[in-house]
Amino acid sequence: MRQLVQKPPGRYWLVFAAVLVLLLAPAAIAYLDQPFYLDVLMRLMILAIAASSLNLILGYSGMISLGHSVYIGIGAYAVGIPAYYDQYNGLLQLALALGGAGLFALVTGLICLRTRGAYFIMITLAFAQMMYFTFVSIEEYGGDDGLVIYARSDFAGLYDLENNVRLYYLVLGCLLLTLLLVHRIVNSHFGMVIRGAKSNDRRMQAVGFPTFRYRLTCYVISGMICGLAGWLMGNFTGFISPEMMDWTRSGELIAMVILGGPGSLFGPAIGAAVFILMETVLAEVTIYWHLYLGLLLILVAKFGRGGLGGLFQRNRGTP
Amino acid sequence: MNAPLLEVSTLSRNFGGIAAASEVSLELARGEVHAIIGPNGAGKTTLVSLLAGELRADSGAIRFRGETITNMPVHARAQRGLARTFQITSIFPEFSALENVAMAIQAHAGHSFRFWRPVTQNAILQQGARNALEQVGLAGIPERNAGEMSHGEHRLLEMAMALATQPALLLLDEPAAGLGPEETTAMVAILRGLRQDKGILLVEHDMDVVFAIADRITVMVSGRTIATGSPEEIREDENVRKAYLGDGVDEGA
Repeated sequence: MRQLVQKPPGRYWLVFAAVLVLLLAPAAIAYLDQPFYLDVLMRLMILAIAASSLNLILGYSGMISLGHSVYIGIGAYAVGIPAYYDQYNGLLQLALALGGAGLFALVTGLICLRTRGAYFIMITLAFAQMMYFTFVSIEEYGGDDGLVIYARSDFAGLYDLENNVRLYYLVLGCLLLTLLLVHRIVNSHFGMVIRGAKSNDRRMQAVGFPTFRYRLTCYVISGMICGLAGWLMGNFTGFISPEMMDWTRSGELIAMVILGGPGSLFGPAIGAAVFILMETVLAEVTIYWHLYLGLLLILVAKFGRGGLGGLFQRNRGTP
Repeated sequence: MNAPLLEVSTLSRNFGGIAAASEVSLELARGEVHAIIGPNGAGKTTLVSLLAGELRADSGAIRFRGETITNMPVHARAQRGLARTFQITSIFPEFSALENVAMAIQAHAGHSFRFWRPVTQNAILQQGARNALEQVGLAGIPERNAGEMSHGEHRLLEMAMALATQPALLLLDEPAAGLGPEETTAMVAILRGLRQDKGILLVEHDMDVVFAIADRITVMVSGRTIATGSPEEIREDENVRKAYLGDGVDEGA
């Protein structure tokens, strides 16, 4: 029986094992002297944060955004633009990333959320492309070519992100925090409202919920979490270009969520992991690795309702 | 001395050239069951939608508990004590029966911008939902998935959702539609039990149900009210007979 008030994910041991592996990974990678894999894991976890944030609106509230990567871009430019002016203050950059993403979500959400279905998808896409072309047109910040970020966010020397392992643990911490936050939100009073609005918005209003403001709030939270992912991404890659906001990037985030299972807590992270592993492993064999990703997506969509994330949960969320 | 609970005056709504509701006026007092009857397409559901706020009136006014609510959104009317059930069952199919009702209570328990505590730990919602399920005779199946319940259980569940919010006025759009004889009897008993402290506006096709519980009946035909009165008066009314109860059913049954 499916239940929407979710029990804590059933297979704790799998979760603990995954966290343990991620905690020990830097040591193992150092031992094997394969720093490349540290980068793979960081990218994976950053995208897992972004996909989890998308899941909050896509999986739990039924809003399919095709412009979510714009928040990665906003977060990354919040590192890149201050850095361009030699401003490396980490807290400032973080505040800009969260504030900028939240503000963009609030303003665009006020318009997007008045539409449904295909129209919602198109409007989110349109807003994202507007940002994309805005940054393409700003020559000062590199336009098409983007900006190189010469130094990572600085926390008054307290936590040195120039050290890759330090950055790795920060990313891991942010991922775990995101998952905890999503878990608490979707099971809270607030979560009940957004999931109810997904299930039957008309009914929600008839019992007395002004659902619009709850869905808008959810949209803003989702955007801010993705802004956090962007802030990490900017620090990680040391480079930011409008290409990060391109709608194909948003499509990849959707693919991760669908692959892992929309509406399941760990699904998007698993989807991101599968995506990155396929990209890493298959891309060495063939440049057409997207073909195999497509095949996997078809299989999951056809046969694996609930996605790969279902493996981690006995009681699944909404399919 | 007491203003009516609900006061509808010359309410109109057109769709294209068709008057779905045309200068409808009616009153409903606390403790009263006011039934709306009429052939299909008479505008009964339109009237319910206008009262609930899903449709806006082109003209006319609705006063509820002394307050004009004509242009209020759906949720604001619900907050003021106006609950409804739908002609076609409208529930949260992915949620359990208990959660369906708890959701309705939560809507009336302050704002829900509470992001951290699990909603399942809110004993007020849980207990209230159990009580409401008991009230409609669904106490035995709180954990059942609402999507898997029978049609009759859905009607009762909707009733429980409406009751759980302790509304002043219930808008019931064909609560007995599709119910078997026993289920209908149970529904009538529930409605009877509710009347003393609430107002009920009942749209219903089943004349046995209507004449069993209605204090007042308004007859609608083609968007207009053609008669209002006690069940006896309506039974005797010549216009009503002609238009509706017998004498050549011309607008479909």
